[in-house]
Amino acid sequence: MGIFSKLQDKIKSAVPRSVIRDLSELLSEDQIVLDQSGLKAYETDALTAIKVIPFVVVMPHTTEEVAAIAAISHKYSIPLVPRGAGTSLAGGAIPLSNAIVICLSRMNRILDIDLTNRTATVQAGVTNLAISAAVDRDGFFYAPDPSSQLSCTIAGNIAMNSGGAHCLKYGVTTHNLLGVKMVTAEGEVLDFGGPYYDPAGYDFLSIITGSEGGLGIVTEATVMLRPKPEGARPLLLGFDTHDAAGDCVAAIIAAGHLPVAIEFMDKPAIHSCEKHANAGYPLDVEALLIIEVEGSEEEIDVGIQQILRIASQFNPSHKRVAQTKEEAAAIWLGRKSAFGALGRISEYLCMDGVIPLSKLSHVLAKITEICKSYKFDVANIFHAGDGNLHPLIMYDANRPGEFERVEKCGAEILELCVLAGGCITGEHGVGVEKRELMGLQFDETDLYNQMRIKLIFDPNWDLNPDKVFPLEIAEKFREEEMIKPQGDNQ
Amino acid sequence: MKTEFTKRQLRNADTQLANDIFRRCVHCGLCTATCSSYVVLGDERDSPRGRIYMIKEMLETGAAPDQTLTKHMDRCLSCFSCMTTCPSGVDYMHLSDLARQEIEEKGHRSLRVRMMRSLLSETLPYPKKLAVSLWLGKLARPFRSLFKAIGFKEMHAMLELMPKKMKRSAEFAGGGTARPLGQQHKRVLLMTGCAQKVIRPSINDASIRLMARQGIEVVIPKNIGCCGALDQHMGREKAAVQHALRNLKIWQAEEEHGPIDGIIMNTSGCGTTVKDYGHLLSKQKGIAEEVERLTEKVFDISEFLMNSDLRTAEQWTDLKVAVHMPCSMMHGQKITHQPADLLQNAGFTVMTLDEAHICCGSAGTYNILQPEIATSLGERKAEHINRVKPDIVATGNLGCLTQMSHYSSTPIVHFIELLDWAYGGPCPESLEHFQNRVDKLAKD
Repeated sequence: MGIFSKLQDKIKSAVPRSVIRDLSELLSEDQIVLDQSGLKAYETDALTAIKVIPFVVVMPHTTEEVAAIAAISHKYSIPLVPRGAGTSLAGGAIPLSNAIVICLSRMNRILDIDLTNRTATVQAGVTNLAISAAVDRDGFFYAPDPSSQLSCTIAGNIAMNSGGAHCLKYGVTTHNLLGVKMVTAEGEVLDFGGPYYDPAGYDFLSIITGSEGGLGIVTEATVMLRPKPEGARPLLLGFDTHDAAGDCVAAIIAAGHLPVAIEFMDKPAIHSCEKHANAGYPLDVEALLIIEVEGSEEEIDVGIQQILRIASQFNPSHKRVAQTKEEAAAIWLGRKSAFGALGRISEYLCMDGVIPLSKLSHVLAKITEICKSYKFDVANIFHAGDGNLHPLIMYDANRPGEFERVEKCGAEILELCVLAGGCITGEHGVGVEKRELMGLQFDETDLYNQMRIKLIFDPNWDLNPDKVFPLEIAEKFREEEMIKPQGDNQ
Repeated sequence: MKTEFTKRQLRNADTQLANDIFRRCVHCGLCTATCSSYVVLGDERDSPRGRIYMIKEMLETGAAPDQTLTKHMDRCLSCFSCMTTCPSGVDYMHLSDLARQEIEEKGHRSLRVRMMRSLLSETLPYPKKLAVSLWLGKLARPFRSLFKAIGFKEMHAMLELMPKKMKRSAEFAGGGTARPLGQQHKRVLLMTGCAQKVIRPSINDASIRLMARQGIEVVIPKNIGCCGALDQHMGREKAAVQHALRNLKIWQAEEEHGPIDGIIMNTSGCGTTVKDYGHLLSKQKGIAEEVERLTEKVFDISEFLMNSDLRTAEQWTDLKVAVHMPCSMMHGQKITHQPADLLQNAGFTVMTLDEAHICCGSAGTYNILQPEIATSLGERKAEHINRVKPDIVATGNLGCLTQMSHYSSTPIVHFIELLDWAYGGPCPESLEHFQNRVDKLAKD
């Protein structure tokens, strides 16, 4: 039995019509989705294997509306599931029960740009790339760059503490976030952090980042802007074996170099990305590294020479440095579209494990072995510099039972990551996808302590429930420690 | 994505095609960000991904298209920006055609909308009827607010957008052959666009003059009709097929008078459809090869001119031209740089607009049928034009030209009018105030 089939049991508890009445009084008609085929469009995100039709979808325009919606959800104790662009690979935006989906995509205004203090304050639904685009002409950018940065929203990035290719040098969301405005489960509006590095008191911002919509609904964010480097150039290195590429990455880092990005693609990934981007990737190598060095022309030249010197010990069969902006753009387009481009070949389950760099080649070999034992093909695309693996296990979604098998295969891979000293998620979050695997990483005491934090913020357990924590343990916890819902839901 | 069709359902060729398209989509959501309707509306149902999902549901269940699907498909501009973005190569264009056919055949639209759609489909592709309608429209124009007041917003939008001045018809409006100046190198057919030859014949005049000067014989086939794009986008496949078949015959007949080096399009919206005749006519037996042979000769005029040696060495103008690429060129035909390169070579300073991948809101008949969204997009485009402050905006499709002229005070022209001017033709009518600037530069 698949770990997700239990979900279905949770659905279809009756929800009072008065919820709709309250929402209709608050919002205009075009902010509420109630029709069945419209709700269907909101039943899943980028993890389409799991889907549950929400009870209602609402699209607020302001923090005040979000607060009022939260208050309604609290009043009736109905699950409230925040959604940005719905690009979660872990099912973070899937409503697992008869939920109100609160879609923040219309809150897409940039509120303030302060170049002197290098900050931008934006509404929750602004896309990651839109922040960089807004300050591009002024020579700044927002650093974390998940592959879905074109469409994913900043609030989604905060929920999942998203990373990206260039986070090797600049850190992930939590290292680039200064403050948030957040609506609590009860509908109160709170501010955490602000346009400074170290807020007074406890660092609540760090708890909120990566809380997967379980502690509150972020409606505004203040993020750090960085000056754009003078220039940047990607270098392509092709190898005949995964081992050689993996060892090369470890050697570069161990030698004290910190290129802005080190990305790894294996053969199936190279081929499908090349079709979309025409980046000139070598098609005859087993593994390809994209290493980006940035700075002034001189710095780039020196950096590339140093890396090439280290790489030469591992006999790369292909070496190419991008010579023009267009070449560089095509190389990154290919990498950033990798997940989608693989759709040309097959459906897949995208894993998101982290391992210590020193274990890279060992783990890669093991992943191939595990997938082989399930008779699945696997494509590997990942942020090699920080050990964040994304094996994409290819399967036929239309074959009965295949999803359950692919889940099992994925679980084995993540277990391997944990055993190697790593963890089960690097940047996609736990969501529903890895919920049951949290037990690999934490024992019950750890999980209980984490859930106690959620309970402080969300006493009715309404905010994006049934995510992050293993279902049975979460249920047991709630029976033991939760005060019965305070809602007047008779 | 997983699909749930029965074997029996998949025996239908259209369903099989749809299934193949769904299986490619991984539901990643990248397309939402570059979708011209989603950027305005922010609703999953108004995004390509949402529409694909709803179409899948409709086809799997075999249900008739409901109001939700109809509403959100009607809000799609068919700009196909999503297809440029999609890394999986999902063929949204042909999927949306299928959905539109279903809606046209089995869906529910209000009487008002159906009337409006019929009116457009019965007039726009027919120059004579269009000319008469425009005169009638001129009479009705002063009362356009009345239409809005009674809720006939489409009629209001149409009267608002129609040209205020009627142009004289072009020299070759009824068909004919323009002899090349000097030695003849090539012979082409020019598709002159049904609405274009009535509303802005200067685009065709400029195209003909420019090509004739390049030693190209330009044939404007008599009785050449609509390419079928309008009907196809409205889900009227049969009518579109009839248009396409008739045009094929006319091309073949022209070939009997001599070989054709190109079938030239200067209305990119039509170009996308004509280049795709192979798909539109795929159910017609025994003509596939002939369709392929002929459609391989179809070029946008910018593509065709890239092979002519059009360059100017002299600094004859300092005019700054922002290029607005029509979606049908950029996304529909993947023509990205040709118009800009030609303008650059002709001595103009070329500028780019932010958010160039987003539609201006014209989208065929969209600005009439969906006036609110089209207005948002038109204003958005005008803001981007204002930001870079060009002297002129050049585009490649009459629809964009009309739409942007409505929202921006910057003169909007077809790039071919600028090229013709640069290589010895007259200054385009709307740019006459720049002629002094050009003359002054020549004097200095």
